[in-house]
This record gives sequence, structure tokens and C-alpha cells, in this order.
Amino acid sequence: MRRITIDFLVGVFVLIGFAAIAFLTIQVANHSGMMSNNYKSYTLYANFNNIGSLNISAPVKVSGFNVGRVSNITLNQKTYQAQVTLQINDNYKFSSDSSAQILTTGLLGEQYIGLQSGADSEYLKDGDTISITSSALVLEDLIGKFMTNMSNK
Amino acid sequence: MGIKLINIIIKIGHPLAGFIINLGSMFRLLFEIIINILYPFKKFNLIIKEIYFCGVLSIIIISVSGWFVGMVLALQGYNVLQRFGSTGMVGSMVALSLLRELGPVLSAILFASRAGSGMTAEIGLMKATEQLDAMDVMAISPIKRIIAPKFIGGIFSVPILACLFNASGIIGGYFVSVIILKLDSGMFWSQMQSTVSFHNDIINGIIKSLVFGIAITLIAVFQGFMAKPTAEGVSRATTKTVVHSALVVLALDFVLTAFMF
Repeated sequence: MRRITIDFLVGVFVLIGFAAIAFLTIQVANHSGMMSNNYKSYTLYANFNNIGSLNISAPVKVSGFNVGRVSNITLNQKTYQAQVTLQINDNYKFSSDSSAQILTTGLLGEQYIGLQSGADSEYLKDGDTISITSSALVLEDLIGKFMTNMSNK
Repeated sequence: MGIKLINIIIKIGHPLAGFIINLGSMFRLLFEIIINILYPFKKFNLIIKEIYFCGVLSIIIISVSGWFVGMVLALQGYNVLQRFGSTGMVGSMVALSLLRELGPVLSAILFASRAGSGMTAEIGLMKATEQLDAMDVMAISPIKRIIAPKFIGGIFSVPILACLFNASGIIGGYFVSVIILKLDSGMFWSQMQSTVSFHNDIINGIIKSLVFGIAITLIAVFQGFMAKPTAEGVSRATTKTVVHSALVVLALDFVLTAFMF
């Protein structure tokens, strides 16, 4: 076989390799690796009494639609509440009396933050804190309450 | 009694010593290759030919088997996950099992049987027909000229083939779950994207396949180099390459997984 043909085929091989890696990076993996935040975002905070097993990079959803991600979770030393940092896509605005809940996909699925917009005409700005929050449903707590109720009867 | 004991010791000790000697000469070969690793880059055409031989010619077997593995994973995953009503997880299951384990391991084993055996046979036959000795006489080092380019070409090809295997496997999984089983395509990709991380899964998979590539090409080259210069010796060496590569890949996979995840 001529040398130039071999060179061409090897070049095609390397290109296929790069295409496969690009496919894996862009389409399969989430964008936290090479391309963090491919959209402009603003930051919101929310304080929860109990975040259950919420993870960093969990999705933030509004009526099931993905609008952002959890970027950080810290513990507030004064109130002993968990402070969750949310990165919200710049295209979406929420009224200042919006509420945040920690929800679970399915019975055993991963946990995410559900936002519910309020009626206020003012919007939440970068760095604001969502004041109305409800904590994660912890299945063990629920079972515990159920058991004590049962024993009281 | 005494003679029996000695016989037992000989029976155990002889293969053990042979194994240790083999291991030692394999590492001697590895160091000789490392010392001469820069030479093939001066004659780049040698490497290109090797990449053509073990990479380009393996594209079809790798991508077709990846496609089928992805389809089987999606089908099996669907059957099990359906019971829990979480068929949306099929995509992430396919992607994670391919990227973490099946992609690197299966592509490495396929590579060993497709290209590694060929490498061994080529070197072994060169030895049997005294071409390597002729090179030595002409003051051309066979390690520089034959072995090092094969080594570099193999190491370069395996990670690319593994990525190809992963990509075509995921597309195969997509084909089964979205086009045949009519799952939601958005769910398929978004679940995949939320569970697969670039650093943890993709990069670690590539590192795995790089290690496998080094192991396989070293075994293939070593078996060819050490083959008895007869027809039978070459055939034995070729078989050994495939068997040893498969075992070493699976064992290394366990060790690497324990380190990485």
C-alpha cells in the first residue's frame, strides 16, 4: 500500500478517536469537567433545616424543568441550617417570594431542588436568599413518627 | 521419603523459577524499549505503519462489538429497571458500565486477540526465519527498529479504540432504548449527563485503557521475542499472548478499579 494512503487512514483513525472523545465529553458527561457553566448564571441562596442527601451538582427544577444546579452546600454556624448555593440560568427570573423545596425523583431517586414562583412583581437578584423553604422528606423520620403515632393509639 | 520431598520441591520450584525468570526478562525487555523509545520518533513512518496495522484495521471489529454490547446492556437494563418503574436510568446505566468497565476491558481483550496475536506472530516468524539475527549482523538493533515502534503504536491505539468502543456502545444503547423500546430520548441523555462525570468516569476509563495497552503490547512483543524459532513455537507464543493478555487485563482491571473508584 502506498505511504500516503496509510498516512491518510491513520489520520482518519486519529480523527475518529478525537470525535469519540468529543462525543463522550459533550453528549455523555455533564459539563462540570471541561466546560463548566456553558450558560450565564446568577447565584441564589436557600437555607434548609434538613437537606437529606442532596448533592452538589443536583438539578434545580421549576415544574420539572431544569433551570440550574446546586453549586455548593455549607453549614451556617449560627443557625445550624444548611446553606445551599444555587446557580440559576440567567434567562429565568423568579419573584422574590418564591419558595424552594427539596424533592425526590420517584421513591428512591436522586434529590433535587424544586422552585415555586410566587406572585410578587419584584424579582430575586444575584446573591439573594430564598426565604420560604421546606426541608427534605427523610424517610426514616417519617417512619419514626408513624411508629410513635401507632404506639400512642 | 527424602527423594519424594525433593521431587515435590522440584515440581513446584521449576515452574515457579521459570515464571520468575520470564517476568525478569520481560522487564529487561521493557527497560530496553524505554531506553530506545525515542528512536522510532525519528523514523515516524515506522510508528504510522504500526498504528495502521493495529489501530485502523481494528476499527470495524471494535465499533461493531461496542454497538452490540451497548444494545445488550440497554435491553437487559430495561428489563430489570422496568420492574422499578425507573426506565429513565437505562441511559446512565449503559454509559456508566461502558465507560468504567466494559469499554476499556472488552476493547483491550479484543485488541489482544486482533492485534496482539498478530504482533507476536510477526516477531516470532521474523525470529524463526532469522531476520532478527540478520538485523543484528547488520548492526541494526531489532529493538529499535521492530519492537519499539510496535510498542508505541499499540499504546497509542488502545485508548482511541476504547473511546470508539464506548461511543458506539452508547449509540447502540440509544438505538435500542429510544428507537426500539420507545423510551424518551431527553430522559436518556439527561439522566446520563447527570450521572456521568468527565473526570471520574471518562478520564479514568482512558487511563485504564492506556495501562491495558501497555500491558498487552508488552506481552505481545515479549512472547514474539521469546518464541521458539519453530512453527510450533510461534503458534504457542501467539496463543500465550491472547491468554496472558486476557488474564492480565482482568487482573489489572480489578487493581485499577480498587484505586480509582
